[in-house]
Amino acid sequence: MTGELGQIAVCFALALSLVMSGAGLWGARADQAASRSIANGAAMGMLVFTALAFGVLTYAFIVSDFSVALVSSHSHTTKPLIYKISGVWGNHEGSMLLWVLVLAIYAALVAALQRGGDRLTSAALGVQGLMAAAFFLFLLFTSNPFARLDPMPFEGNGLTPLLQDIGLALHPPMLYAGYVGLSASFSYAAAALMVGEEGWARAARPFMLIAWIALTAGIALGSWWAYYELGWGGFWFWDPVENASLMPWLIATALLHSALATERSGAFRTWTLLLAIGGFSMSLIGTFLVRSGLTSSVHAFASDPTRGFFIMVLIALAIGGALALFAWRAPTLKGGAAFEPVSRETTLLLNNVFLIASCACVFVGTLYPLVLEAFNGTKISVGPPYYMLTFSPIFFALLLLVPLGPKLGWKRGDLKAAWRSLYPALGLAAVAAIAVLALITPRGLTAALAFAVAGWLIGASILDVRSRKGARASAFAAALAHAGLGVTLLGVTGATAWRSEALTVMAPGEIITVGPYRLRFDGVTEVKGPNYVADQARIALMDGDRVKTMLRPEQRFYTAEGQSVADTAIRTTGLRDLYLALGDNRGNGRYAIRVYVSPLAPLIWLGALVMALGGMLSLWGRVRVGARASASETVAAE
Amino acid sequence: MNAKKKRRLAFAAALVAVGAVLAVIVVYGLGQNTMYFRSPTDIAEHRIQPGVSIRLGGLVQQGSVAHGKGAEVRFAITDGKSTVPVNFSGVLPALFREGQGVVTTGALNETGTFVANEVLAKHDEKYMPPEVVDSLKRSGRWKEGGV
Repeated sequence: MTGELGQIAVCFALALSLVMSGAGLWGARADQAASRSIANGAAMGMLVFTALAFGVLTYAFIVSDFSVALVSSHSHTTKPLIYKISGVWGNHEGSMLLWVLVLAIYAALVAALQRGGDRLTSAALGVQGLMAAAFFLFLLFTSNPFARLDPMPFEGNGLTPLLQDIGLALHPPMLYAGYVGLSASFSYAAAALMVGEEGWARAARPFMLIAWIALTAGIALGSWWAYYELGWGGFWFWDPVENASLMPWLIATALLHSALATERSGAFRTWTLLLAIGGFSMSLIGTFLVRSGLTSSVHAFASDPTRGFFIMVLIALAIGGALALFAWRAPTLKGGAAFEPVSRETTLLLNNVFLIASCACVFVGTLYPLVLEAFNGTKISVGPPYYMLTFSPIFFALLLLVPLGPKLGWKRGDLKAAWRSLYPALGLAAVAAIAVLALITPRGLTAALAFAVAGWLIGASILDVRSRKGARASAFAAALAHAGLGVTLLGVTGATAWRSEALTVMAPGEIITVGPYRLRFDGVTEVKGPNYVADQARIALMDGDRVKTMLRPEQRFYTAEGQSVADTAIRTTGLRDLYLALGDNRGNGRYAIRVYVSPLAPLIWLGALVMALGGMLSLWGRVRVGARASASETVAAE
Repeated sequence: MNAKKKRRLAFAAALVAVGAVLAVIVVYGLGQNTMYFRSPTDIAEHRIQPGVSIRLGGLVQQGSVAHGKGAEVRFAITDGKSTVPVNFSGVLPALFREGQGVVTTGALNETGTFVANEVLAKHDEKYMPPEVVDSLKRSGRWKEGGV
């Protein structure tokens, strides 16, 4: 019965999404205020029914209702509760349901934040409703999560063990919050093209921020997961799936900066609209890349061609429609405000040029193999060196520029004064570079350069905070986000330039030294987990002859799924990781063991956290200003 | 030409220049860093330059795995029609078995042995890399539902 309830809820949500799009678009006409409240109500109703459907599916996973085909093929009674729940989105159908749930949440947020109901928001709800309807149809016709299985099996097939992990339980919802969050900016941009763009950048700003924060956190979570779970000691592999999440982030970052200029000084009016369309387009393309099965990875759930086709049509309609609207309406918009060559606008323009260029490099590297294979059947892969050669220098150039922007005024800036005020940051950069060259062997010029840039970023952020003493907390948001970039850069540099590793086969009792660590292999025993058996190694971290601590990397075999997964052991000081992974059995109690010592690795994710905090600070400032504005409106009304 | 037009022209010229530089970097980068996927039969039939990085995929031949000293392993990759010997020093994936589908990256040496610097096998007993499936189909050794 539960399955049918979910299905009915999805049908109701579909109907409401159609009502929302019709009423919303109609309400964009000046004299149709009543239609706007209908669109508002429909948005709330759509959220209720989508949440109900999602709740029903979650319940089916929790109680292991194997009469639902999806549950039987992706769950198992022995799975711990949290992974029963995360199993809901650990498959194609469920993850698409999560996708529409997030879409519905954003539609409801747009409706809730719309005080009084203006034409712009109404049109945005209309566009959001159209997209929701398309995804509900996709769900019902190609990926029904509530399809029945008859006869009902006694046991499920289980969930891919790689996904039975806390990092991956949280990563998809976070990433979706980012991907789909860009849909709100997209809808606002389309609405602005329909009814006139006055004030759209301000209205869409909170959604841009939420999407950007969620993308930052989602990418960081994914990278952290890949680091501790895959057992290779790396944190970014330039895998198509990772790139699919990086591209929307790059565009969203460009959008945040461009929209700031539009809002504050009226520059880049049409460009910002185009970026908002481009950001969500990247999300859709990312979803397509990941879900269509074109790339082979843990993320490729679907290999059903009708789904790929449907998503492709959906993408073509959304992007094509938005771009057509843009081409039709953009010439009627007011041109962007003028600015001097030396001004904050110019730095933001360069920021956008570098971000778009770096995104283009990732885009080509990710899609070229797919295009080539479709074209002549040649199978190639584009490796990390490509990205080192193309993406890295462009992004590096961008980082060099970052501190300058906040020091220049809008419209017209004073380059000399800005430069002079940044002297201390330059000093910090020089100290960082010299320290690296003097203290660390072997000498690496790239590492020294990277440290200089990190010092430059962090130093400038500190200066920025000092110069704005007494300002509102949200004024420090940019400084915090930029400092986070510097922190991440430190981590990336340490973990790539100074990583030491050992790949050895060890017999019990053997001792090796890697970096500053002495490790003794004490053999492997078999241990039983809730739904797996594991070969667990005992590796002693030695301090002289004394055992300081015991590390236990495992190789887990999940019996229900017939799959094997490494469970690494990581000991961190906060500034350096000791990372152990157990490899294959080489006979006579000997095992292959991987040891990595990664200096500064934790800073990679700490930096991302700082960036996300910067975003949250900015969002908080918005909400407070918004609350104060509405309070003063009420006062004025009285 | 008025000031506004002049500025637009300068902007367009700058944009074209940036685009051109970007295109050059990307094309050069792709030219340097693409790796072709080859099956053992490809290697047997076409002469493939030693030292050029490629990805080689197929099945680990039954009875071919031999451990050397330290982390060294020797095995052979086959697609049923041709076979290529592989040398590898490092840690093998947990589900590396004889008869299992694998993809390796590395390069051929002068004697025709493939020196791998990475061996990938998926974490799933039933999984077969799509490239391997294709090459088995081409060599006529693919059976639906298992090999």
